[in-house]
Amino acid sequence: MTDENFNKQYDLAPHSRGRRTKSIIFYLLLLTAIGVSFTGLLSLIIEISREGLPWLSWHFLTEFPSRFTEKAGMKSAIMGTVWVISFTALIIIPVGIGAAFYLEEYAKKNLLSKIIEINISNLAGVPSIVYGLLGLSVFVYYMGLGRSVLAGALTLSLLVLPIVIVVSREAIRTVPESHKQAAYALGANRFQVVYKIILPQAIPGIMTGTILALSRAIGEAAPMIAISALVYLTFVPTNPLDRFSVMPIQIFNWISRPQDEFRGLAAAGIIVLLITLIAMNALAIYIRNRTQTRSEE
Amino acid sequence: MVFNNVGRTVLALSISSLLFVGCSSTNEIETSSTSSLNGTVEIDGSSTVFPISEAVAEEFYSQYPNVRANVAVSGTGGGFKRFANGETDINNASREMREGERLAAIDNGVEFIELRIGTDGLSVLVDPSNNYVDCLTTSELKNIWEPGTKIEYWSDLGQKFPEQKINRFGPDTDSGTFDFFTEKINGEAQVSTDQYQASPDDNVLVRGISGTKGSIGYFGYAYYQENKENLKVIAVDDGRGCITPNPTTIADGSYSPLSRPLFLYINVESLNKPQVKAFVDFYLTHGAKLANEVGYIASSDEVYAANQRLVNTK
Repeated sequence: MTDENFNKQYDLAPHSRGRRTKSIIFYLLLLTAIGVSFTGLLSLIIEISREGLPWLSWHFLTEFPSRFTEKAGMKSAIMGTVWVISFTALIIIPVGIGAAFYLEEYAKKNLLSKIIEINISNLAGVPSIVYGLLGLSVFVYYMGLGRSVLAGALTLSLLVLPIVIVVSREAIRTVPESHKQAAYALGANRFQVVYKIILPQAIPGIMTGTILALSRAIGEAAPMIAISALVYLTFVPTNPLDRFSVMPIQIFNWISRPQDEFRGLAAAGIIVLLITLIAMNALAIYIRNRTQTRSEE
Repeated sequence: MVFNNVGRTVLALSISSLLFVGCSSTNEIETSSTSSLNGTVEIDGSSTVFPISEAVAEEFYSQYPNVRANVAVSGTGGGFKRFANGETDINNASREMREGERLAAIDNGVEFIELRIGTDGLSVLVDPSNNYVDCLTTSELKNIWEPGTKIEYWSDLGQKFPEQKINRFGPDTDSGTFDFFTEKINGEAQVSTDQYQASPDDNVLVRGISGTKGSIGYFGYAYYQENKENLKVIAVDDGRGCITPNPTTIADGSYSPLSRPLFLYINVESLNKPQVKAFVDFYLTHGAKLANEVGYIASSDEVYAANQRLVNTK
């Protein structure tokens, strides 16, 4: 609809000059906002692609690190990331959802639960290196897991659990009270209500939260450097207690080298990391859409 | 059917995670080996020595593909902590072991030997357009870098310098380079002015120094070598004339006091493991060439031969 039609239809024209001007200004402000964030992202992607694309090749994905840029690859880092993130997912999905359900559906609304809630939200803001040092002393040394995939995954789980819990709770809260009441009225117990009524409707939101959390975990360098510290390795993990490296460690190492060509490798590594992230997000959206349509059947 | 959908999604999710894990393990066995040697060599420590040890590990891997030579970067001090616990076989160090670290190792029954493998020349750099500084004395450097320094403009150092604001760049306080520089210039490790832009990343320092008028900063020789065209190196005079860092002056020690020794510390008990012994022997055979290749100045052949004799007696 053109402005003219719009104005005619609602008979706004004679009085609305000032309001229209304001509305246009507001529109331009919003356009600037999206423009700024988009330009930032775009320039980052262009810059990274310009530096990194020439280095991207099959052997970049299948070779171990090397001091020769043309031979160097990030196989050990990629596989390390896959291992660590997979285990992180296995830990945060049940624990995060469980904690969210407890807080939303089971916990009594008293001072204690209020304090726990506030603390969980605050934990999301703790610098990641703190989790790295915590993981180092608790998982690596105290529990004797060593600098293993499992220790890394547990540390990342602690780091991102607050995100999963907060987002899952939001999702659980969106389930209409009437649905729950209806189920209770039919004689369902609390577990049945949670499992058959709330969870299916909350799954899309929970998935979004989980993927956001994993996306953050995959890019974390600081806690992984504290846990693993490993930069040069010529194997991929074969079990959860193996040593590992992850993509951010490898990228960080390449960036800090004296030779300029390694910056190209680092950019290529960032591209691989970005693609992995986009793939994960796409998977999440797919699962979300699938469960959404299914639960509406 | 709602229940089934949820169950299926959760199941699919868990299976896909497991699949990720599963497929990675198939990639494991890949290189056929001519050597029966296997096991692990754990190396940690200085980020300065890392490029040498990484180069050695890479060459070692091509000869002994079944040995896992893991090179980590926890910094010299962080590495010594693990070394003193017996967690690692070798520690890369860009300074000598401190008394406390020595005692910690002895407490834990860790016996070790020290091998000098090369030298790094900490270089003092200014921006390339700077045409008024070619050489600084150690006391001038101290004036610039000491805590509570009064130098705000180059002209504060003396009449021969212009009235140009001085902009300092240096490694952050966790760095071994910072420890070494402050010890040699200010007389005490970790004591420095805080009027400087600090970064743990030497490349940030390179960019800062080369792009800022009136800048001065310091870092390892390898970073200078790779960025020669964007930086101007300053000769240092500790009372015996101006000496510019280059392979000759660093190797013979005349670039003083900023030549810093690079060491390997070897856990003697680890030498009983054949893969560690093989790795150390390999290091002492090829390390000198590789150290030069990655931008450091290797110790002389005599030092390497003496290192090898020391290792053989253990």
